[in-house]
Amino acid sequence: MNTDLISLGFIVGLLSATVRLAVPILFAALGETFTERSGILNLGLEGVMLVGALSGFVAAYLTGSLWAGVLAALLSGILMGLLMGFMSVTAKVNQVVAGLGITILGSGLSTLLFRLFFGLRSTPPTIDTFPSLPIPLLSRIPVLGEVFFNHNILVYLALALVGVAWLVLYRTRFGLAVRAVGERPDAVDTRGLSVSRLRYVAVLIGCGLAAIGGAYLPLANLGIFWTQMTAGRGFIAVAVVVFARWDPLRAFWGSLVFGGAIALQLALQTLRVPIPSELLLMLPYIATILVLVSVSRRAEFPGAFAMPYTRGEK
Amino acid sequence: MTSTARTVETRPGINWQGLWKNFYRAALSLVISLLVGALLLLASGRNPLSAYQSLFYGAFGSVDRFAETLVKATPLLLIAISVSISFRCQVWNIGAEGQVILGAIASTWVALTFQGLPPFLLLALAFIAGTLAGAAWGLIAGLLKAYAQANEVITTSMLNYIAVYLLAFLVHGPMMDPQGFNFPQSPLIEKALELPRLVAGTRLNVAFVVALVMVGAALLFWRSTLGQRTEIVGASRRVAGQVGLSVAATIAVVTALSGALAGIAGWGEIFGLHFRLIEEIARGMGSLGVVVALLGELHPVGMLVSAFLFASLVVGGNAMERNAGVPFALVDVIQGCIILLILARASFFKKDSS
Repeated sequence: MNTDLISLGFIVGLLSATVRLAVPILFAALGETFTERSGILNLGLEGVMLVGALSGFVAAYLTGSLWAGVLAALLSGILMGLLMGFMSVTAKVNQVVAGLGITILGSGLSTLLFRLFFGLRSTPPTIDTFPSLPIPLLSRIPVLGEVFFNHNILVYLALALVGVAWLVLYRTRFGLAVRAVGERPDAVDTRGLSVSRLRYVAVLIGCGLAAIGGAYLPLANLGIFWTQMTAGRGFIAVAVVVFARWDPLRAFWGSLVFGGAIALQLALQTLRVPIPSELLLMLPYIATILVLVSVSRRAEFPGAFAMPYTRGEK
Repeated sequence: MTSTARTVETRPGINWQGLWKNFYRAALSLVISLLVGALLLLASGRNPLSAYQSLFYGAFGSVDRFAETLVKATPLLLIAISVSISFRCQVWNIGAEGQVILGAIASTWVALTFQGLPPFLLLALAFIAGTLAGAAWGLIAGLLKAYAQANEVITTSMLNYIAVYLLAFLVHGPMMDPQGFNFPQSPLIEKALELPRLVAGTRLNVAFVVALVMVGAALLFWRSTLGQRTEIVGASRRVAGQVGLSVAATIAVVTALSGALAGIAGWGEIFGLHFRLIEEIARGMGSLGVVVALLGELHPVGMLVSAFLFASLVVGGNAMERNAGVPFALVDVIQGCIILLILARASFFKKDSS
C-alpha cells in the first residue's frame, strides 16, 4: 500500500481525477463570480445544479445526443436564473432566503421530474458519457499531458472558460459594467445603464453555467442521475468564489483544491486505507469550512453586495 | 410597532392581530403552491385530485393518521423555533439537520452507556446531552460567523454533510448493534426510557408536549432581555454596536440556542419514536423546518399552525406515494414554491404600505 501511495502513476491519476472532479465546481464558481461581482449573492446554486443535472440527463436520454443534454441544462439554468433574478432584482427580497428557496425548489423539482419521467425501476436508466478526447501531442507530455490534456470535451470547455471569463470581466465594457454595478449601482444608473438588466444578465450567466456544471455529473462523469447527486457542490462553489476573491483565475485554483479533496477521498478509499469511508467522505466539506474561515476575514466583498438597488435611495 | 407585512421582521409574541392578518396571506401561498404541484401532476398525465385526496386521507383519515401527523409535527415545530431564533437575528442557520443528528447521537450514547441509572435520571441526562450536543454543533457555525466572518449558510450546510457522515460512521461502526445482523443501527435503548404514549395504540408521545412547552418558552424568550437583544442585533448590527451590545457574542449565543432546540428534536425522535439511532433520523428535516418557520412568519404560534400543516403534507405525502403512486418529492416542490411566494409577497406588500 505504501508503494502505491508514492508511485508516480498514483499521483498522476490523483491529479488527473482532481481536474476532472473540479470541473462541476469550476463551472458554477465561474458563473457565480459574475453574479456576485454584479452585487447578487446566489445561494440557490445547489438547486440550479440539480435541475441542470436532471434536464441534461433527460435530454441526453431522449435524444441520444450529449450536446442536447448540455443545451437543455443551459436552458433549464436560464429558467431558474430568471426566477432568481426576479426574486433578487425585481422583487428585491432577502437573497439568502431566496437562494434557500431556489435550492429546495430545485432539489424537489429534479427528484419529482425524475420520478415522474422514469418511475420506479429496478435498474436505473443510463446514458453514455462524453468520451475521453486526448489532445494530440499535448497529451503525450509526461505528467502534465495526462493531468490536463487527456479528458472529455467538457473539461477543456471549462478550462477555456477560465480564460474567457477573465477576458470578459477585465477587458470588455460589459465586464467593467458588471464590476461597477456591484460596487456603485447608483453611479452605473446615472451613466444611463440599466442596473436591473446588468444584474439579470449576471444572474443568468451564473445559473446557466451552474446548470452545465450540474449536468457534467451525469453527462461526463457518471452516466446516471440520482437524487441530490450534486452533494453540496453548489455551496462549495460559493465558498470557492469567496476564496478566489471574485477572480476567475483564482476560482480555477480554488476549484482544484476541492476537486483534489474529493479525488483524494476516492483514492484513499480504493487504496483501502484503514480509515472508514464515512470519515473520508467528510473531507471536502471540512476543507470547505477551513478554507472559508481562513479567507473570509480578509475578503473584500463588492461594495453593494447582496443589496437590492432602488433608484433615488440616498 | 413595525409593519406587520414584512415577513422576516414581524414582531413576535404580542402581535396577535398581525398574526391573523398574515394568516390568509400564508394560506394563499399554500394554495398557489398546491396549484403549481397540481399543474406538474397534470403535465405528467397524473390526476392531481386523486393525488391530493389520497394526501388528505393519509393525514387526517383516522385517529391513527391524525396522531401520526402530530408525531411528525413534533420535530418540525422544535426545528422551526430553532430556525426562527437564528433568522430573527439575521443569522441564516440552515444547519438544523446536523444539529438534530448530533442531539440524537449524544442522547442515544448517554442512554446506552449509563444503563443501570434510574430511568428518570437517565432520561434527563440524555435530554441534557442531546441539547448540549445540538448547541455545540450550532455554536461552531456561530463562532465562525461571529469571529471569522464565515458565511453561515455555507458552514451550516457543510456541517450538515459532516453530521450525516458522522452518523453513518457510528451506526456502521462503533455504535452498531452487535446483535443487529449488521443493520446500520444502534442497539435499542432500555424499555423504561421510552417516552410515554399520549394516545394508546398510536405513536403520539410526550415529545409532542415538550414541543408545545417550547412554543410557550419561545413566547417568553421574545419578551426577555436576551430576546430583545437578539432582535436588536437582527434589526441592525450598527445600532446594536452603538448601544453597546456585543454583536459577536449575541450571534454565538443565538446559534447555540438554536442548536439546543434542534438537539431536543433529536432527543425526542430517539426516545419517543425510534428508540435507537438510525441513519434516516433527520433526513430532510432541516429544509422543512425552515419552510415551517417562514410560513409561520417566525411567530411561535404561527409556526405551531404551519408545523401542523407541513406535518400533514409529509404524512399525507407518504400515503400519496404509497396509494396513488405520486412521488413524495411533490411535497419538496411545494416547499420551495412556498418560500419564494412568501418572500415575493412580503416585498410587494412592503411597497403597497409605503
